Amino acid sequence: MAREITAGELPAPITREQVNQLQRKNRRENLGRSWYKFSRNPLSVIGGATILVVVLMAVFAPWVAPFPEHAQPFTDFANASKPPSAQNLFGTDEIGRDILSRVIFGFRFSLMMGMIVLALVVPTGVFLGLVAGYFQGGWLDTLIMRVTDVFLAVPPLILALAIAAVLEPNLSNAMVAVSLMWWPWYTRLSYGLASTLRNEFYVSSAETLGASKFHILFHEILPNMTSPIFTKMSLDMGWVIIIGATLSFVGLGVQPPKPGLGTMMASGAKFLPDQWWIAMFPALGIVVVVLGFNLFGDGLRDLLSAEGV
Amino acid sequence: MRLLGFLARRGFQSVFVLLGLSILIFIIARVLPGDRARTALGARAPQWVVDRLREDLHLAQPLVAQYGYWLGDALQGDLGISLVTRRAVTDDIRDFLPASLELVLFSGLITAVGGIGLGILSARHKDTWVDNIIRVFSYMGVVIPSFVAAILLLLLFGLILDWFPSIGRLSEGVPRPPKITGFYTVDSLLAGQFATTWDALKHLVLPAVALALGSLSQEARITRSTMSDNLSKDYIAAGRALGVPERLVTGRFLLKASLIPTVSIFGLDFAATLSNAFLVELIFVWPGISRYGVNAMLRKDLNAISAVILILGITFIIVNILVDLGVGALDPRIRLRGARSD
Repeated sequence: MAREITAGELPAPITREQVNQLQRKNRRENLGRSWYKFSRNPLSVIGGATILVVVLMAVFAPWVAPFPEHAQPFTDFANASKPPSAQNLFGTDEIGRDILSRVIFGFRFSLMMGMIVLALVVPTGVFLGLVAGYFQGGWLDTLIMRVTDVFLAVPPLILALAIAAVLEPNLSNAMVAVSLMWWPWYTRLSYGLASTLRNEFYVSSAETLGASKFHILFHEILPNMTSPIFTKMSLDMGWVIIIGATLSFVGLGVQPPKPGLGTMMASGAKFLPDQWWIAMFPALGIVVVVLGFNLFGDGLRDLLSAEGV
Repeated sequence: MRLLGFLARRGFQSVFVLLGLSILIFIIARVLPGDRARTALGARAPQWVVDRLREDLHLAQPLVAQYGYWLGDALQGDLGISLVTRRAVTDDIRDFLPASLELVLFSGLITAVGGIGLGILSARHKDTWVDNIIRVFSYMGVVIPSFVAAILLLLLFGLILDWFPSIGRLSEGVPRPPKITGFYTVDSLLAGQFATTWDALKHLVLPAVALALGSLSQEARITRSTMSDNLSKDYIAAGRALGVPERLVTGRFLLKASLIPTVSIFGLDFAATLSNAFLVELIFVWPGISRYGVNAMLRKDLNAISAVILILGITFIIVNILVDLGVGALDPRIRLRGARSD
């Protein structure tokens, strides 16, 4: 015969506070484990370190650069077109500005381009893909994904060039142009993710329990899409920086005398091959930043096992 | 029969994509700020000329009607007059497109042969120094922007070593081949001008390699990783255990299965190739449609910009249909099932 269980015999119910504590501990341990796994891959650590150094140099450019005033309109014809030396590690350009200082300031434009474009593009693209993927088969899905198809039907750089060309050529319009072209890639990625995740048990449980559409989209599905999205963001930083430099190179991005890396390459290209340093060090700057983000992104992909990004 | 059905379905979908693209182009060209007629004619044109052009372009009518006129003209092959060359845009494109196609096809060939070749080499010699060199090379190829690569190649092989001519399609004084396909290499062969063929080929090498470098590296990486994954699959072990010649096991079983992702990536990478052609053509002074497009963009020549985007969009769609056909031919499981999955 079953014995009555009195309240005193039951373990005390776990309080909200304890749950939070456990979750915090769990998160800390996960983070520690992830860091351990990440740090075992020397290439991704190099990538991360490169990003850190570049970001610090860009933020503290006025203090790091040997001649910060050379990033502004400045001429010193006595020291024009000097090859790399102890005083000017990367040499000077055709009007005597220190190229190292200008490259350090150039990182600012590149990073700003990458960050602002991603900040505009990722929320928009992910939101659209999430909605289309969850309401798959509906008119919303059709509308969003067909518009996405149109944008994906043209290589992004070409449309970005066209938009940048129609607007005034400057950095902010270049950002607008690239952003208008970039969101479909996130829509497509999160569409794929959302249309798989919507069939998971926890989603159907939430649906059965009568959770709101908002709750399901943003609290059940979205948190499970983050790894591939973050991985893509890291890899995309590199691409956006390349595209930004490309626009500047053509003359549709950062305008001289501002030291965009692509802008500097374009004006330095006229002095090849004799004064190779004017174009080649800005080029090296681009390659270093992009390499950093790619190595880091590859490490992130292996770590989060986010295949298919 | 299934092939026809597939082509019909993809063609049908493409029509809608192109229609959407035409709306997008129209929006870029018309809705963005600025008086179009004034921009076209310059600040010093008299007002009545500007008004006349505005009339011709139907600028006073609602946007939907303007789009209707534009689309109607476009469907009849009239894309307007280029403001820079003062000729019909379609004539310009007819002149410039073959040069670009020749360059892009040649670079596609380099991408396919080089990328797959390096990938196979890398997978065969996995974790040896050969593999390591190829991996570093292909990583750099992905990371270096094409215009940087183009300038480096131009500098090294065009100017310092002087192995290849650095600009244009033909050297001065070399007779131009008659226009048959518009491809100098093919036309000169057909006409029997072998000296011209050789010269045209030499001019193609540097720009095509610069253009191919990025996708070639991507292809090499993909081929390497799929091949080394597949090497440990059961069917390879089974083939070997049954005494199937090694040449057949790796040359046919393995390669065919491993090329599927390589071919699908080729379609996506083609977008990069078309984009990069803009800079490569600019740097190598290649008289193609991309260089024409950049000049149009820098001078806000809207008719020419629209036409260039439209042509490149069509090219991209066609290439992707071909890529899907290729993937279908390699992989019976996904043969012609329709559009590639989103």
